[in-house]
Amino acid sequence: MTTRAEWPLWEVFVRARRGMAHVHVGSLHAPDAEMALRNARDVYTRRQEGVSLWVVPATAVVASTPDLQGAFFEPAADKDYRHPTHYSVPEGVDHL
Amino acid sequence: MEPATDRSATVEPRDPMPDGYRRTLVRQIAQHAHSEIIGMQPEGEWIARAPSLRRKAILMAKVQDEAGHGLYLYAAAETLGTPREELLDALHTGRQKYSSIFNYPTLTWADVGAIGWLVDGAAIVNQVPLCRCSYGPYARAMVRICKEESFHQRQGFEILHTLSHGTPAQKAMAQDAVDRFWWPSLMMFGPPDADSPNTVQSMAWGIKRFTNDELRQRFVDIAVPQAEALGLTLPDPELRWNEERGHWDFGTPDFAELAEVVAGRGPCNAQRLAHRVRAHEDGAWVREAAAAYAAKRAARTPTREPAA
Ligand SMILES: [Fe+2]
Ligand SMILES: [Fe+2]
Repeated sequence: MTTRAEWPLWEVFVRARRGMAHVHVGSLHAPDAEMALRNARDVYTRRQEGVSLWVVPATAVVASTPDLQGAFFEPAADKDYRHPTHYSVPEGVDHL
Repeated sequence: MEPATDRSATVEPRDPMPDGYRRTLVRQIAQHAHSEIIGMQPEGEWIARAPSLRRKAILMAKVQDEAGHGLYLYAAAETLGTPREELLDALHTGRQKYSSIFNYPTLTWADVGAIGWLVDGAAIVNQVPLCRCSYGPYARAMVRICKEESFHQRQGFEILHTLSHGTPAQKAMAQDAVDRFWWPSLMMFGPPDADSPNTVQSMAWGIKRFTNDELRQRFVDIAVPQAEALGLTLPDPELRWNEERGHWDFGTPDFAELAEVVAGRGPCNAQRLAHRVRAHEDGAWVREAAAAYAAKRAARTPTREPAA
């Protein structure tokens, strides 16, 4: 006997308009990719919120660990010189 | 874990959080999800009896939205580690509740209007502050829900406005619906603050932003002028403008009645739950068939197009 609990979880991404990236909007359960797409259309785009949908098995998402957040992103913290605001520009110099 | 002290920090699913915070959230989000799907019943009963094709299409869209709201919220609850099946089981066995308001019957078409105007209206007042709730997935679900709720309230208001400007019998029907739904709608905000022991903790955690009484007052202040615009009265002799407070004074809802309904002894509790359980059981073969079909297709190792 199969129960709904065995339907895998899918993460849903919607492209709101052409020219924009797909954005994560939520998740849903579905037995397969086909049904996940149809359900995603009904659940997340009832008001023309999108022109394209991605559904991704939740188990396929590899995420950084929140506990290690500090250390993982630390290398970027002291590299202020990667930002244009790090540099002083002489008065009167434009378009730089 | 910061939400206890820092109201601006959003908590995400994989962040460490106290057990009490997680438990409270699961209970609140699940109860909210249950309310959305049980809430389909009182209005669903009127889809086949809607007075015009337009009203029927609107009501179907609204009821479908409520199903969607349930799905957003179950998904948010599941991010806390409780499986969907467990949440539904808690609803079906009565271990978790849903909003008391859906245990009242919809006797006439005007009740569909009163539900849209008052019940969805009260839900909006409750839900708008939750868009800034400390738990990310819940807050984001609430943003989607609030966007969709405003059409719900407007279509209800429109139904009542049409009836109230129709024949005397239609106006009387509208008034009767408002008379019956007004007090139960005020009860949707829960017991008075003095009898709501969990409010302080929930506010400290950023799960709740305003107290029950604050939200109830806000709802009354919004509803009174709208009732006037409808040409209908609200069934509260104590209702009067308080210049000093800058708010409407109003009577006390019958909180003993609320306690009865919450305890399972409202007019429709048994019927709502039985219907829900039956729908779930009757749908079992669909879920099984879909799973079997998916397994068969997976065995054929399908190739999928790359994402574009
Ligand atoms: Fe809703
Ligand atoms: Fe609604």
